[in-house]
Amino acid sequence: MNVQAPPEAVVEAVLAFADDELVLGWRDSEWTGVAPFLEEDVAFSSIAQGEIGHARALYELAAGVLGGDADTLAFDREPAEYRSAPFVELALAGDWAGTIARHWLYETADAIRVAELMESDWPELAGLAAKMDREEAYHRLHAEMWRDKLRGEERFEAAVEQLWPYALGVLESPQRARLAELVGREEVEAVVRGSHDDGFAALHEEMTMVRRSVPGASW
Amino acid sequence: MIWEVFRQEREGQPLQHGGSLEAPNREFAEAYAVEFYGRRHESVALWVVPREAIVEIAEPYVADVFDRDYRRVDGYSLKVKLREARERAGTA
Repeated sequence: MNVQAPPEAVVEAVLAFADDELVLGWRDSEWTGVAPFLEEDVAFSSIAQGEIGHARALYELAAGVLGGDADTLAFDREPAEYRSAPFVELALAGDWAGTIARHWLYETADAIRVAELMESDWPELAGLAAKMDREEAYHRLHAEMWRDKLRGEERFEAAVEQLWPYALGVLESPQRARLAELVGREEVEAVVRGSHDDGFAALHEEMTMVRRSVPGASW
Repeated sequence: MIWEVFRQEREGQPLQHGGSLEAPNREFAEAYAVEFYGRRHESVALWVVPREAIVEIAEPYVADVFDRDYRRVDGYSLKVKLREARERAGTA
């Protein structure tokens, strides 16, 4: 049997994707208990959990090549080692228009990314992407219905405008034109992954707090 | 706007009331109904109905105000009548 390790760049991309899903899931979960109304609270919390579940599956896949496990990749790295896009790191809790703008832009970008990964030469990755896509279809439905509802509202449109350069940074440059086409905006200079803003350290601190409280414990 | 959700647990079974939810329009109502009653494969079909579309007929309209229980078939024990008839016929 010829088992070939996937190229390093692909593993890096999987890790970046996992980091996006973990951080966005974390940010979205900040709405649990304080969403605009009860039904939405349950639905949005469920989506946040969905993203974190995707992160876990992607980390497991990466861990198979890099060593360790999903938890060590998710919680034992230093803040500077995370490859998440600045887009998902923005703290938007309390700003529902901004949160929905990000949700819609992210899901639209994610559909492009997942479709590409479904064609991957790495069969495990292609399979996982196909599995994720079935759940993402529900996320997209939710994002689209909110977009239809808020479209044309001043606060929502302002948030889309403001977040647009960040949203482009979720994708690699060859895929950005497609996102611009789907969203109906001009492509601008993207806020790309590779650096974190000041808020990320605090988020990382919070995300890893329980894990660090008893190092090496099995939960 | 309040929506009532009916769910069918298995094919062939009647749809039963699952609960209600609040949603601003039909699109949201569908998404929330799926979220609450369908995503874990606990239902094979859902009916989502605006509460205002439901015609409710409640007390006292359905109450039997006069004592006409002779019109009802319950309480009339066929078993007893049959036993008596058989005894009379001597076939018990």
